[in-house]
Amino acid sequence: MNGAAAMNNAPHLSMAQADGAEALLEMRFVARPDRLKLIRGSIRSSALMCGFDDEAAQNIVLAIDEACQNIIVHGYGRGVEGAVILSLFRHNGGILVHLRDFAKPVDPSKVQPRDLTDIRPGKLGSHFIRSIMDTVEFRTTSNSKGNLLEMTKRLGQPL
Amino acid sequence: MKKSKTPAPESNPEPNIVHLQGSVDLEHAPDVRRRLLAAVALERNVLVDLSAATYIDSSGIACLVEALQKARGKGYDLCLVAVSMQARRVLELARLDMVFLIHDDLAAAAAAGA
Repeated sequence: MNGAAAMNNAPHLSMAQADGAEALLEMRFVARPDRLKLIRGSIRSSALMCGFDDEAAQNIVLAIDEACQNIIVHGYGRGVEGAVILSLFRHNGGILVHLRDFAKPVDPSKVQPRDLTDIRPGKLGSHFIRSIMDTVEFRTTSNSKGNLLEMTKRLGQPL
Repeated sequence: MKKSKTPAPESNPEPNIVHLQGSVDLEHAPDVRRRLLAAVALERNVLVDLSAATYIDSSGIACLVEALQKARGKGYDLCLVAVSMQARRVLELARLDMVFLIHDDLAAAAAAGA
């Protein structure tokens, strides 16, 4: 599916709404590093709207930013400007995040945090995501194309 | 004996200061990496001033770690200065807050002999 077609197809949204989640926003953007700064402010505002304090909101921004980076760098690969759809919901006393892409399917077993005692550059993103969010799961997409990453964070939960 | 007019090599030359501004993120990581490695190549201690850095992510942290390791490999150090709360949390998440020497500001770094 090309990016334009993908942007007209957001089955994940109806799935979350059926689960009683309140949609806060949906953003569709091209998978490029220079697009990430465009979404960070909106993520922070949404997290604050869900009741998180500023520190927690900034952590949620980091987690979603890192997940988007994984799509850009590992999903589509550098130079491939595929579509990304970010949907945020107020749900179950916290925030529900859906991140949809149309890149090759991810093998979740290969997206694991690394040993932090090994001090070396790189591969910290997955650790940040799993440290900050309460749940991080790849969901089956309705058309079996691409990936749907679901993350949640409840109010009052520590890092 | 007449003293030589040749100045002695500086035993503790002034550190090289790299000022990072705005987002130290995936978009800007290539430029940040280039600047940090250029500073390390000068074979002096390096101070990375983060006072104007508004956001840092894993890409930015990777640049700092790579430069730190190259600096220490040459017998020098790379210290962080004026680290924001956001950046400090990211360093803590990566368990790097005890790996980097962190100074409150450039004056504190100078006082510490960095």
